[in-house]
Amino acid sequence: MNPREYDIEPVDLSWCPGCGNFQILSALKEALAELEIPPQDVVLISGIGQAAKTPHFMKGHIIQGLHGRALPVATGVKAANPELTVLAIGGDGDMYGEGGNHLLHTIRRNPDLTNLVHNNMVYGLTKGQASPTSPVGLKTPIQVEGVFSEPLNPVALAISQGASFVARTFSANTELTKEVIKAAILHKGYALVDIFQPCVSFNKVNTYKWFRENTIVMEDSPEKLRDRKRAMELALSGPPFPLGILYRDDSGRPCFEDRLQAYRRSKVPLWKRTPDLAGIAAYIETLREGELKGGRES
Amino acid sequence: MANELSIVLCGAAGQGVQTVEVLLVKALGSSGYHVFSTKESMSRVRGGNNSTEIRISEVHREAFVDRIDLLVPINGGIRKNIWKRLDRSTLVLGDREELKEEFEGREIRFIDVPFLGIAREAGGPVTANSVAAAVMCALFGIDFTILETLLKERFAKTPEILEKNLLSAEKGYERGGILLEKGEFGLKLPKPDPRWSPLLVDGHKAVSLGALAGGCNFVTAYPMSPGSGVLAFMAQNASRFEIVVEQVEDEISAVNMVLGAWSAGGRGMATTSGGGFALMEEGISLSGVTEIPLVIHLGQRPGPATGMATRTEQADLELALYAGHGEFPRVLLTPGNAAEAFELSRLAFDWADRFQVPVFILTDEYLLDSIFELESLEVEKADFSHHFVEAEPGYARYRVTENGVSPRGIFRHGNGLVRIDSHEHDEKGHIEEDFEVRERMQKKRMSKLRLLEEAALPPTVKGKPGARTRVFCWGSTGPIVAEALERLGNEEVCLVHLKQVYPLHNSIQSLVDEAHRIIVVEGNSTGQLARLIRLYTGRNAEHRLLNFRGHQFSVEEVSEGLRKILEGGEGK
Repeated sequence: MNPREYDIEPVDLSWCPGCGNFQILSALKEALAELEIPPQDVVLISGIGQAAKTPHFMKGHIIQGLHGRALPVATGVKAANPELTVLAIGGDGDMYGEGGNHLLHTIRRNPDLTNLVHNNMVYGLTKGQASPTSPVGLKTPIQVEGVFSEPLNPVALAISQGASFVARTFSANTELTKEVIKAAILHKGYALVDIFQPCVSFNKVNTYKWFRENTIVMEDSPEKLRDRKRAMELALSGPPFPLGILYRDDSGRPCFEDRLQAYRRSKVPLWKRTPDLAGIAAYIETLREGELKGGRES
Repeated sequence: MANELSIVLCGAAGQGVQTVEVLLVKALGSSGYHVFSTKESMSRVRGGNNSTEIRISEVHREAFVDRIDLLVPINGGIRKNIWKRLDRSTLVLGDREELKEEFEGREIRFIDVPFLGIAREAGGPVTANSVAAAVMCALFGIDFTILETLLKERFAKTPEILEKNLLSAEKGYERGGILLEKGEFGLKLPKPDPRWSPLLVDGHKAVSLGALAGGCNFVTAYPMSPGSGVLAFMAQNASRFEIVVEQVEDEISAVNMVLGAWSAGGRGMATTSGGGFALMEEGISLSGVTEIPLVIHLGQRPGPATGMATRTEQADLELALYAGHGEFPRVLLTPGNAAEAFELSRLAFDWADRFQVPVFILTDEYLLDSIFELESLEVEKADFSHHFVEAEPGYARYRVTENGVSPRGIFRHGNGLVRIDSHEHDEKGHIEEDFEVRERMQKKRMSKLRLLEEAALPPTVKGKPGARTRVFCWGSTGPIVAEALERLGNEEVCLVHLKQVYPLHNSIQSLVDEAHRIIVVEGNSTGQLARLIRLYTGRNAEHRLLNFRGHQFSVEEVSEGLRKILEGGEGK
């Protein structure tokens, strides 16, 4: 498939010139095209923020919902129709700040969806406040003496909580980003892709140059990726910060939808179903205690 | 007047009072009595003192009464709210060994039945509850085989425990027979109707089954009393009905997950109480702008904040009415009994899908924890249809239509793309800051309110239509007010019970206009329904009868309150 099939009629892209979001958007389109997944099969779900506008700038079904809440919406979509390819997209404030609790529990639930987090270590849409991943010392209009809270380490967090796929990439490395996104989509289960991305307007510390100098692409193999201890070491190391897939559980662990009783007898998505009225009526009749007079069988 | 009895069982949590209650309600219901039961419990896992009232009658009853004809305290530590309800006509069946001096020196008829002693000799002390249940079965003329069947069901998985309980039940049944022969019991029993064979349905089941009949196939919740009874029922029956049930990390997730499910063509419901509902408000607003259907079951309990976790109140009408920022149409359904809880929960799903709005089912702890008798629940008679469409290429999710409802596409049904947005958007779901688009879209969404008004359910009016004093109430207070009015027997007074409080049915205006006097009876401290009526009809209720102590009104309290108002114009 040609990635252009994901292009949408000319829209007014609201990102700043030079923003890493453009690179991620193009890597995402290429990844989907190379996997031959048509826009009709894809649901792009996001919260609020500059990164969360990504779904608006490409073809596919979309839900742009509330700040921080993309993961539960995405889980609901996937659980109602497991045939869909579901991606939850947002920035570091959206996914790691406002949505932090959902992140933890989505990891535990392990639905088969891909979570792209554009991590530029600063708030863009609200104009330059610190984010959960801002480095200590970053001065902002709010953190006037510099950030003093420790930055959140999303990849270490995800690995420690048992995420089945954890990767980190850098937006300017579009080839790596594309390949990692492809692997994340193909992975059955929850896949976190943390994407380093410069914010050219508000983060003067973590620039293109800084990311280039402070990251290193890791060599990998399926055996290495299965090693959770190694993954944790990589996640805790840096600078230079390792890029690539850090951890992948390819043991075929069941995902959330696999475990749902709704799909035990039939894989048909919920929208194709109608209620079993006869079954409900039969159940209701068991609430009639009059039959006790005959001494019912239990 | 029909013969009837009010039986109250009370005892500590974790001591099996609930087992006795369930056994007894089922046994009575299967023996041709009309039954109704309701309970009140403290917020603790063990200890305290909880009570259950079981009414048996020759006619249908569905309301809490203060009167206690027969009190069976399983343990000591009887609370003030029970003592207040005892008088010379009350008979107490109790075990002096357990109750010690608690009833000494009180002018209350007391029959000592050694529940514990009998149990100790038969199946062991832990089976004292089965002794109590069996004594009562004997007194009420319930066939022993019925009790036997129920015990077999209750202890199906533990044959040894079953054996012990059966031994104790036999002895208890014998003792009950002796009491009956001696004539000490002396309570006039209602006459059972051998043809009466009701369904026994509590509020939790009524909401759940109604939702299922409405096509609900996706349920989320964070556990919170009293909303989690529905979660428990759905989880325990997820396999039977092939539905998705997930206990989520918080109520924010609960509402957002349900919205995701609806977008993909599922029919979802989140169940909660006031605190959880408050957390869902942003998600409710999301439903408003995105026009994703939504159903929330709000089981009310007293607030603010934690309030009283296991108690009841009707104080979240305005919370639900105004929940969520911005302006958007919604529906508030307020069932009064199990039949209405079933019917309205079914309807909630159809309306949410048809009108693409949030629909709230407001119940409360009292309704949910009460067991109602019903002749039947019509499931198969109800039509079922989905209201989504196949999305064609070029599909626009928010197409402006005459009635405001845009045909709702779902993902991957047809070749069109379904684009849903929380910002103000154009017809195709693109973010749009054009002021004209904003006005057009806001008008489109709000115009659905007219459809909702047309569909609104009329209130139930009981009594003479010409009666010029009208008593308004909503939700679970309805059957209590109905019985209170029956007692008053004043033909100048009629009942107006609202099973939908928003939008109001258009008949409310004339019901109000024709009334000489309006009395509003509701379970909150400020008169929320009275305020709503004033807002939409311009009429200020002359009297309000309010209760916000955490326990539902009794029939006596309402009839006495109404009598005073009618006689002397009292009221708040």
